[in-house]
Amino acid sequence: MKQPVTYTLYHPKWYRRPMSTYWWTKRWRYLRFILRELSSISVAWTVILLLLLINSMGDEAMYAGYLDWLQSPWLVVLNAFALVFLLFHTVTWFNLAPRAMAVRLRGKRLPDWAVAAPNFIAWAVLSAGVVWFVLKGV
Amino acid sequence: MEVHSHDVLMIGGGGAGLRAAIAIAEVDPRLKIAVASKVYPMRSHTVSAEGGAAGVIKPDDSIDEHIYDTISGGDWLSDQDAVEAFVNEAPQELLRLEHWGCPWNREADGAVAVRAFGGMKKKRTWFAADKTGFHLLHTLFQTSLKYTHITRYDEWFVTRLLHDGERVQGVVAIHLMTGRIQAILAKSVIICTGGCGRVFPFTTNANIKNGDGMALAYRAGAPLKDMEFIQYHPTGLPFTGILITEAARAEGGYLINKDGYRYLQDYNLGAPQDKPVLRSMELGPRDRLSQAFVKEFEKGRTIDTPYGAVVHLDIRHLGEKLINARIPFVRELCLKYENIDPAKELIPVRPVVHYMMGGVHTDIEGATPLLGLYAAGEAACVSINGANRLGSNSLTEILVFGARAGRAAAQFALEAAPPDSGMLAQAEDEERRLQEVFLHKTGGRESIAGLRGEMQTVMEKSVGIYREEKLLSEAASRIAELQERFRDIVITDHSHTFNTELTAAVELSYMLDVAEAMVACALNRTESRGAHQRTDYPDRNDEKFLAHSLVVRSGDGTPQVSLLPVTITRWPPAERVYGK
Amino acid sequence: MAETIVLEVARYRPEIEAEPAFENFEVPCRPDWVVLDALNYIKDAIDGTLSFRWSCRMGVCGSCGMMVNGEPKLTCATFLTDYLPGPIRIEPLSNFPIVRDLIIEMSDFMTKLQGVKPWIIRNEDLPVSQGEYRQSPEQLETYKQFSMCINCLLCYAACPVYGLDQHFVGPAALALAQRYNLDSRDEGEAQRLEILSEHEGIWGCTFVGECSVVCPKHVDPAGAIQQYKLKAVTEWFKSILLPRGGRD
Repeated sequence: MKQPVTYTLYHPKWYRRPMSTYWWTKRWRYLRFILRELSSISVAWTVILLLLLINSMGDEAMYAGYLDWLQSPWLVVLNAFALVFLLFHTVTWFNLAPRAMAVRLRGKRLPDWAVAAPNFIAWAVLSAGVVWFVLKGV
Repeated sequence: MEVHSHDVLMIGGGGAGLRAAIAIAEVDPRLKIAVASKVYPMRSHTVSAEGGAAGVIKPDDSIDEHIYDTISGGDWLSDQDAVEAFVNEAPQELLRLEHWGCPWNREADGAVAVRAFGGMKKKRTWFAADKTGFHLLHTLFQTSLKYTHITRYDEWFVTRLLHDGERVQGVVAIHLMTGRIQAILAKSVIICTGGCGRVFPFTTNANIKNGDGMALAYRAGAPLKDMEFIQYHPTGLPFTGILITEAARAEGGYLINKDGYRYLQDYNLGAPQDKPVLRSMELGPRDRLSQAFVKEFEKGRTIDTPYGAVVHLDIRHLGEKLINARIPFVRELCLKYENIDPAKELIPVRPVVHYMMGGVHTDIEGATPLLGLYAAGEAACVSINGANRLGSNSLTEILVFGARAGRAAAQFALEAAPPDSGMLAQAEDEERRLQEVFLHKTGGRESIAGLRGEMQTVMEKSVGIYREEKLLSEAASRIAELQERFRDIVITDHSHTFNTELTAAVELSYMLDVAEAMVACALNRTESRGAHQRTDYPDRNDEKFLAHSLVVRSGDGTPQVSLLPVTITRWPPAERVYGK
Repeated sequence: MAETIVLEVARYRPEIEAEPAFENFEVPCRPDWVVLDALNYIKDAIDGTLSFRWSCRMGVCGSCGMMVNGEPKLTCATFLTDYLPGPIRIEPLSNFPIVRDLIIEMSDFMTKLQGVKPWIIRNEDLPVSQGEYRQSPEQLETYKQFSMCINCLLCYAACPVYGLDQHFVGPAALALAQRYNLDSRDEGEAQRLEILSEHEGIWGCTFVGECSVVCPKHVDPAGAIQQYKLKAVTEWFKSILLPRGGRD
């Protein structure tokens, strides 16, 4: 049993509010932050996938096994999830870039979009490159 | 009772108090310094000052011109030796602030920029956009944190000066957090509590501006000076009383009546030009502009609103870019509180109680007639502001005279004997008084808000922009009656923890004392000068009244007014000429 | 237009109560009234014991921050009519101990502010007689935004990191440290870095970003902290890669 604290004259009795474990459900922006943090798991997962891919290359049987594994329904669902979170991760971080980098040109701070845009452009160019590379092989 | 001891104690942690504290720390690092404030220092009302701080720095300007502007602006009631010291020390004080990190606006070459201001013949107002007071206060406060031996009593509310009739030796204060009533002894005490605008219903002043320090000094027997000189700022937002800085006019804003006419041209303030002209029209002194408003109202040329008559401030022609660069706070305040965009719409404004020229009587070093008691800033009256303060002189004043009072109080403390033991008995008496009169009081019929409201109504009606004998006499008896009724006040909050009803009650008692002194001085001055305009005595009378009003509390508690000649050195009284 | 609106005000009287509880007050809902006006109406006309801090009523002194319907707000700049038909829930700022009613204990912030050395540090002071330090408008603009902090503590109330770990220096103090770091007159960055690069300094921040959302003066403390992290990392790399003395 917790004893209630009694007031002693001239001694302030402060009340400290406990912070709920579920504080991140209180506001959409907090939840978005938690999701952004969680999305790094998708990033890690994608890295593992890529490492497995690299490991299987050069060995026909292993590569075929890897592709088979990729086509299993639960993995397709998992990767779909991962893709959504990856996109979320990318977009949120790119949008935060202007906050972390105050880029100045001739003494004037560049507007946020001007700092964020190159990230998105680089992303689009790289993605296009990958698509071109993949489709070329078809 | 717990007792604290220091060498020098500041009451108030605004611009003047902090500047004084730093000055003392620089005189002798061994001095034990304390700052007691009823709010955290960065909440002090210095924070609300907007337009700027005057100091001669540009090559086209001169010390003599700043002196002349100040003296003529003050309608020759300023002490000229004080003004001279003030103007001479102003630039170095502002430079010191620059060295401490104040974000002054700059010219392209990196030099400090200056802007025009009302009643000033040259551009000499240093500014940090239109949040100069905010930046000045935070710069001072943050710099003061460097001096770890400055003890701060944050949220301690001072209720009494401890003194033996000749020398002040400390204070009694309530620590709001715990409710403890304690003595803070000090060899010298500096009052830096600011003004008393809350005596009036419609004011730019913050809730904390209750004339605390003026009343404390007055009760201890120190004279107050020139209490009839209350400045109305011509441009406050209706209802809230939020200040729209003079800088809006200095940057080129127009004041227009309901017909869109720049009415100031009818009041001996010059002819309208497109661009602002120094010491002319909208850049005339505040007393003249506020008086012109009343005349326009009488002619029926103002605009009626639910919160009284207004005129319009027009800054649309300045353009969004200049507004955002030079007076962004004006736009922020209008958007937030009036829901109008001044880049596109007219700003409704009316005169609003803004500043107290009077205050605790001090000499040029900030010393009061009571030994060990000093005052600086708006709480003090040195006097450099005379009968009407020029905009942007007050921020500089808190620096110059804050530092001067600090140095003088430090010197006094270095030589003075420690406080005597009799002070403790006095402090215990004060503790008993606070408990009997407020904390443990039951019964009563008068509400704090009710009495305060009545006082404010009386003051606005009788000690406004124009005054007359009949209303002033009525006010004197009304305030005396309110003093009497105050004894029957209701206190519902008997808590020791952060009792804001207790502080509100004590603040009301301070304001009643200050109001009483104001009315007495206004009654006694049968002439018109600066901010004191008597409809029954419309002319300035230098023969009789080239003198300060000094008011002391007599034995029976009533105010007693006498006159003290103004110090005139090189600038004999002349006519105030604007717009020429 | 509704005539009145109900305020659910958090009350805590430490001398008689164990914990806070809400009390409802019905107040006039006037179009130009802010939440603070309503609180003053309660204090003046209904219950004189209601306790809260306020001063300037123009959004610059920073006294009257409270939680309004769960969001940290300056109550002098929060209009009643934006919450029609009500009720409006008023609580003391989150993440701070409550002293009484709507008053929080804030000395923790004061200590932390002093800790980051928010003043100009120079190796050698220029004498005042030599005039001002030159600072171009561009140099001024570099730190100006971070100098706008009014210490209202809304950012601390919005910061879950501070809520979970009271040792975290927190948004406003870190932004003010960065304000001086970026000032062309200051040479104290190295001194401050020592304090700020501790775990509870900049690295405590996980970039939730809520501090910048609630800041009434658009100071962007979150931005200040991330910029500082970037700077700290760059400095660290420099110290690894460049021989001693090669650093600036």
